Amino acid sequence: MTDRHLTTELLRLDRVTCSYGATPVLVNVDLTITDRQFTGIVGPSGSGKTTLLRVLLDAVRPVAGSVHRKDGLRIGYVPQVDAINWSFPVTVAECVLMARMRGRLLPWRSKAEKGEVLDVLERLGIEQLADRHIRELSGGQQQRVFIARAMLGRPELLLMDEPTSGVDVRTRHEVLHLLEDLHQNGLAIVLTTHDLNGMAAHLPHLVCLNTEVIGKGTPREVLTAEVLERTYGAKMRILEHAGMPVVLDEYVAGDNVVALRRKAGA
Amino acid sequence: MDTLLAPFEFEFFRNGVVVATFAGALCGLVGVYVVLKGMSYIGHGLSHAIFGGFAASSLLGVNFLLGAGVWGIASALMINGVTRRRVIGADAAIGVITTASFALGLAMFAIFGRAGRSFDAALFGSILGVSRADVWAVIAVTAAVALVVFFFYRPLLFTTFDPEVAEASGVPTARIDALLMVVLAASILATMQVLGVTLIAATLVIPATVARMLTDSFSRMLLLATGIGAVTGFVGMNLSYHLDVQSGPTIVLVGAALFGIVFAITGRRGLRRTVGMQEHAAPAVAGLRPAAP
Repeated sequence: MTDRHLTTELLRLDRVTCSYGATPVLVNVDLTITDRQFTGIVGPSGSGKTTLLRVLLDAVRPVAGSVHRKDGLRIGYVPQVDAINWSFPVTVAECVLMARMRGRLLPWRSKAEKGEVLDVLERLGIEQLADRHIRELSGGQQQRVFIARAMLGRPELLLMDEPTSGVDVRTRHEVLHLLEDLHQNGLAIVLTTHDLNGMAAHLPHLVCLNTEVIGKGTPREVLTAEVLERTYGAKMRILEHAGMPVVLDEYVAGDNVVALRRKAGA
Repeated sequence: MDTLLAPFEFEFFRNGVVVATFAGALCGLVGVYVVLKGMSYIGHGLSHAIFGGFAASSLLGVNFLLGAGVWGIASALMINGVTRRRVIGADAAIGVITTASFALGLAMFAIFGRAGRSFDAALFGSILGVSRADVWAVIAVTAAVALVVFFFYRPLLFTTFDPEVAEASGVPTARIDALLMVVLAASILATMQVLGVTLIAATLVIPATVARMLTDSFSRMLLLATGIGAVTGFVGMNLSYHLDVQSGPTIVLVGAALFGIVFAITGRRGLRRTVGMQEHAAPAVAGLRPAAP
């Protein structure tokens, strides 16, 4: 998977620094994204996860460092579901077609576009929902609609901002399995997540971020007490369950040390 | 029937009905974007700002469309700039700009007298004094706005629904927002004489809200809001004549009555569709690109 002979570099960040005004958000970030990658970016709130995603998307320009992109790289972006206005009057098909911004600009869908939208909805298993309003869907279906919108442009790289933020366990499993399937079919994926146990521990590659990159590697390499303390500024305990690391918070109360299972989003 | 058709013998009334119908359709169409982007307050403010330009052009004897048009478009672009930069207190800044412009208009009329076009008509709308030129102006602006919506349908929809992703997808959201503000200013300008600046905001909001209660599809909402606006304008103008009430309030009251009827038919389902319609609606952030420290 990391064999350089079999992978193609899609994006490379060399010592990238970004800031909003005088406040640095990312400092000297080095990161390479290949076509075989499925990476989770973890870190506390305000650590620069979303900014890093926007740098990859070319929506934010670094103030220092450089970003190298493969020529003609196609990127799909799925925003946080919290950022979606679910009362907006759009059906699933209308929403997916929004991604088609080049070429035909007439209001109605061409026959070819109808076919493309149906194909991508079928691929994601929601073709029967094409004429439904986006609010009338389950959490997993809603996430699929926005993945479908990103997939319409046939991306090589899918960027997702907190795909499991605020969703229930079943939806989280559904999203995770869907992303695994898409990755197996050749799509590179980079996502941000707060969820260390429910999401990050299941991914093949992680980046721990707190303004700068604290650690990179497999969950086993990265989800260590030392890296997490440097990332989150809090002590954590690592257990192992079914061959996977499980992160617990260490809560110090007087002389008693109580380990609490880290809550999703904490 | 004869009573209903009687006023059509008068040219001023025929002009008024045509202008009111097109003005209603125009405000209905533009209102969809105004409502979904959470710009109702901006629409209200901009109509007041344009009043300043109306007063200045009336008193200076400058062509109304030219004088108030330049004033209105400048105000629209200034408001757009303030909103996009997300300056702290943007609402307050918009409030100051627009109400100051309105107050300036009132002060100019107070000092120099009410010359030229009717002062009351500009505030509350009137069919008296609607000339053939006004009819063609409203028709031309409606046609131009319809063409803009037709050819920019997709970028307008994407920018309205999801400005951040639209920008990331290559949609020039800054230009699209500016275009929408110019369209809004032109619409207010063209309809001001019949609807009145104090009531234009209602004609932007009501048809779009009623349309939203009836459909979950964006394209259908555009068509419905345009149709509802046109019917409201036509019926309101006729009632205005027969009840001898100014056209602006009558058109707004017809819209409000229609809202009540649709609410009675659709019940909570319709109302629920409008809840949170403007949530997350915000212009794409021009300042998304970080500045140098």
